[in-house]
Amino acid sequence: MENKTPAVKMRNITKVFAGKVVANDKVWLDIYRGEILALLGENGSGKTTLMNMLSGIYFPDEGTITIDGKDVVIRSPKDAFALGIGMIHQHFKLVDVLTAAENIVLGLEGKLDLKTAEREIREICDKYGFEVDPNQKIYDMSVSQKQTVEIVKVLYRGADILILDEPTAVLTPQETDKLFAVLRNMRESGKAIVIITHKMHEVEALSDRVAILRHGQFVGDMLTKNTNAQEMTNMMVGHAVTLNIDRPEPVDPKPRIIVEGLTVRSEDGIVKLDDVSFTANAGEILGIAGISGCGQKELLEAIAGLQPVEHGSIRYIEDNGEEEELLGKDPLAISNMGVSLSFVPEDRLGMGLVGNMDLADNMMLRSFRRGHSLFADRRFPRDLAQTVVEELDVSTPGISTPVRRLSGGNVQKVLVGREIASAPTVLLTAYAVRGLDINSSYTIYDLINRQKQAGVAVIYVGEDLDVLLELADRILVLCGGKVSGIVPGRGASKRDVGMMMTRLGGNGNA
Amino acid sequence: MFDFIGFIPRAVMQGTPLLFGSTGETLTEKSGNLNLGIPGTMYVGAICGVIGSFFYEQAAGANMNPVLGVAIPLLCSLLGSLLMGLLYCFLTVTLRANQNVTGLAMTTFGVGIGNFFGGSLIKLSGSEVPAIVLSNTSALFSRPLIGGNSWFAKLFLSYGFLAYAAIIIALIAAYVLKRTRKGLHLRAVGEDPKTADAAGVNVARYKYIATCLGSMIAGLGGLYYIMDYTSGIWSSDAFGDRGWLAIALVIFTIWRPNVGVLASFLFGGLYILHMYIPSGMNLAVKELYKMIPYVVTIIVLVISSMRNKRENQPPASLGIPYFREER
Amino acid sequence: MHEKTHNPLIHISKRSAMPWYTAWAIRGIALVAALVVCAIVSVIVTGEDPFQIYATIFEGSFGSSRKVWMLLQNIAILLCVALALTPAFKMRFWNLGGEGQMLVGGLATAACMILLAGKIPNWLLIVLMVAASILAGAIWGMIPAIFKAKWNTNETLFTLMMNYVATQLVAYFIILWEVPKGAGQIGIINQKTEAGWLPMLFGQKYMLNVLIVALICVAMYVYLKYSKHGYEISVVGESERTARYVGIKVGKVIIRTMLLSGALCGFAGMLLVGGTEHTLTTTITAGRGFTAVMVSWLAKFNPIWMVLTSFLIVFLSRGAGQIATNFGLSPSFADILTGVILFFIIGSEFFINYKLNFRKHEAKEG
Repeated sequence: MENKTPAVKMRNITKVFAGKVVANDKVWLDIYRGEILALLGENGSGKTTLMNMLSGIYFPDEGTITIDGKDVVIRSPKDAFALGIGMIHQHFKLVDVLTAAENIVLGLEGKLDLKTAEREIREICDKYGFEVDPNQKIYDMSVSQKQTVEIVKVLYRGADILILDEPTAVLTPQETDKLFAVLRNMRESGKAIVIITHKMHEVEALSDRVAILRHGQFVGDMLTKNTNAQEMTNMMVGHAVTLNIDRPEPVDPKPRIIVEGLTVRSEDGIVKLDDVSFTANAGEILGIAGISGCGQKELLEAIAGLQPVEHGSIRYIEDNGEEEELLGKDPLAISNMGVSLSFVPEDRLGMGLVGNMDLADNMMLRSFRRGHSLFADRRFPRDLAQTVVEELDVSTPGISTPVRRLSGGNVQKVLVGREIASAPTVLLTAYAVRGLDINSSYTIYDLINRQKQAGVAVIYVGEDLDVLLELADRILVLCGGKVSGIVPGRGASKRDVGMMMTRLGGNGNA
Repeated sequence: MFDFIGFIPRAVMQGTPLLFGSTGETLTEKSGNLNLGIPGTMYVGAICGVIGSFFYEQAAGANMNPVLGVAIPLLCSLLGSLLMGLLYCFLTVTLRANQNVTGLAMTTFGVGIGNFFGGSLIKLSGSEVPAIVLSNTSALFSRPLIGGNSWFAKLFLSYGFLAYAAIIIALIAAYVLKRTRKGLHLRAVGEDPKTADAAGVNVARYKYIATCLGSMIAGLGGLYYIMDYTSGIWSSDAFGDRGWLAIALVIFTIWRPNVGVLASFLFGGLYILHMYIPSGMNLAVKELYKMIPYVVTIIVLVISSMRNKRENQPPASLGIPYFREER
Repeated sequence: MHEKTHNPLIHISKRSAMPWYTAWAIRGIALVAALVVCAIVSVIVTGEDPFQIYATIFEGSFGSSRKVWMLLQNIAILLCVALALTPAFKMRFWNLGGEGQMLVGGLATAACMILLAGKIPNWLLIVLMVAASILAGAIWGMIPAIFKAKWNTNETLFTLMMNYVATQLVAYFIILWEVPKGAGQIGIINQKTEAGWLPMLFGQKYMLNVLIVALICVAMYVYLKYSKHGYEISVVGESERTARYVGIKVGKVIIRTMLLSGALCGFAGMLLVGGTEHTLTTTITAGRGFTAVMVSWLAKFNPIWMVLTSFLIVFLSRGAGQIATNFGLSPSFADILTGVILFFIIGSEFFINYKLNFRKHEAKEG
């Protein structure tokens, strides 16, 4: 690759959300034409935020952006388009009942001439190797087809700097190959392409250059051919940080939940979990590691009875050794069986809690059925809310405040407080400390540890490897819906786990 | 033998107000606004036309200018229903009020306006019967375009110009929705305002324009009913529940104005079928015939939701106010 | 987070919350503004001075003890329907089928009164009337609910259409039972025997109606606020995902709630036919199924506030009716004034839910 001037220069870009969360801290980035740049980083490392500032969704607090040598101000997606920047988001912006062609021309001016548009779309498709039927309705399309429409839409509007936000998260391997072939074609025709990812093999297979972010900071960039997976992983996860999270020895661990051959397919027909088997022990924390969207959500929801399962089994072992099948039962049936299963879901206000209800009423979600009276017991949840507020130090004007008005950490304390109050035998948590400050996080770790010591089987889905390494007794690593390996938490190396996340088994052979 | 030559023109004339109403409501709903004020709007469209022509007839006496005789009621009617459309939009789009509540209040209000001013005019005219008769204006409105006595002329050429206008407007509406950029943007606004907004479509403007145009078209239905169908006779509550039937028609045609042309005549036919059923039958049964349009509409609604074919669903954002900053 | 190319003059944002007294103050201001506009309209139309107009409105409701009872009984029926619709609304199920559910309830009542009068004891007749009306209303409400629960059929449109099916059904039976033949109406049912007429209480014709509805009002308040069912309704209305997460069967709640909603509407129809009108017409509901939507919505679905909102609407429409009578106007004048007042109150909700930020000037609230 000969030396060229960058198409995009981002300098000292800083973005702070809500006055305290630093998403990007003085980031530098160069993007070249005729090159595919992989923007690599863990969840929450600020990759998407950075690219959103290039595409006009956010406006940087500080820093400059230069396009082809000229300083520019990008205030809206329209501005970005005018500069030839197009971004393909993870959530597609397409109108379902319209055809591909109609979506592609939506919002443009002038007389509607779908015939010409179709011809031009076909030309773009032929040029780069896309397969799009301009007359197909979006709702009839697979996720990969929708993604293709988004890319064609951006190209149709004349973009020559393309940003793709985790484009392969929703694709099958075959579809991924096809996408990569297309991206290579676009590179050959001189487009600048950025692909946001945290999958190592994609970086290796596709990119010319890689730039790595960690905790909102720019760690470095280099030509892909000059580096290797190990080096990139190290740069991405950083050195192990000691957090001093307690990890009491498990007391008398025995199997509580045995999952065998669990396979789950999403509504779009994509395999989310593939033949997953493991055992969760009572009195132990089983950490689940994996890059986001690798089946963590489906795994927890399958155990909680919220996710249709293709095949497999989920058995619950009572203290007296009796076994019961949880599969095919909804949450009510599971609790009616006498299985006390608590679940702290990822979507706190959309699923775990009702944002418009106050603390006391949210406590009632689990307890309102108690007793044979027509009326729900209101005393118990109110007392519970009071207890949770006091014991977990929830900062709230009172227990009659709607939970949506609380801050993220306090919302999570309310949710976790409720879930552990029912004396569960199984506790499922998804990203329990996401968005929480240090103090709240430690409160949550402490609560989870106490549950473990009380003999609860805890399944902890986390995104911060440092935490998982210090908190979990065993770590199950998911990779693309498959079990990449199960390692003991004590003595596991961050590097090994990081490699297992990006590659099945963690060895060099992907 | 069933008297088709007599029946079909009556069915068409019954169906024409419904066609206006449903074309207007379809345009409105395509923008995501469920305007349940349409029945009221049709009353307003009717009474404004009546007011206009009443004063013009009084002023002009015997020497009515045919052009003014048509233009004045027409413009009054359009203006009245435009104001209703603007009121609805101001409340639901600008102030983001609940569409159902606003629509129902507007129907109460519109019917009230119609009957109040109708009643006042009746008093003004000093008429013996509780009705206003505008036969001169009506003659202008209901004059057949071509006319004739053959069966062909009776079936196809015997209607006043507004009946043809209804068909043309419905076909234009269908064309605009399907084939033009404005139509494409309108459909996008009704389906997914967030995406439309992101693509640079001005959501509020489309909602305003579609709803106001829809109201004006629906108002013409009221005008047609008075000036043509009832031969210029206004009486209290004359328009009945045809406004609701027009809303039913929107569902029945699964939001397609071109289908509405034939469907409205079908509904019109069902509405008057009882008059053509041999007498001697139980009179009560005719009331059950009138139920048919609604029952059929429900069946269409149910079947389309069961088959879950996306084209046949109501616009996805129907009834939901759009606020950009909502997460 | 959306940065704009240029700052608009007015920026609208959602309010997090407003104390209830401020919210009601805003509604109060809207009401006063509406009354002023109504007075102006009335003055223009009648040529009277505004105070005369207000006095007339007051007279319409409180002019005589008979008028007070008419007011009370109208409030009772309207409130009953509003209460019936409320559980559905709380569940975010737009039951616009109150008209139809009332009508079939009234139809069932009239059927009992006409077909069974004299054949069974009066108390049994009344019990059957109540049971039949509740059953009829419940069925009418349940049909759209089943389709909503199973296939997510649009309930707004479905319930709306069911109204007119009910209207025609009633029209059919009216002709079947018309008295005398060919009159096209039923007339007063059991005028001589008064069989099936709800009894007078304390010598007052409408006392029973008023008391029953007051009872229903309190019961509905308790049901929604304290019962397990009421809680499930709120959760389903707020978030179906959360409902599933805690094991609430959403479809079952939808059907059960609409059974209740329809049943109460049917009961309101019984009160109308058996308690006040003693006849059956297709327009007997007088649009209450729709007016009740507004009553319930204006009260933010709170049964106790609904007493106030239904009073407000009935008071105003009777007052406007009085203006119409006194000054020889069409009775539809009442509909116009009611409409104007509703528009003001509907519009005022915007200022409760949203904040206007004026950019150019000092930030202040609208």
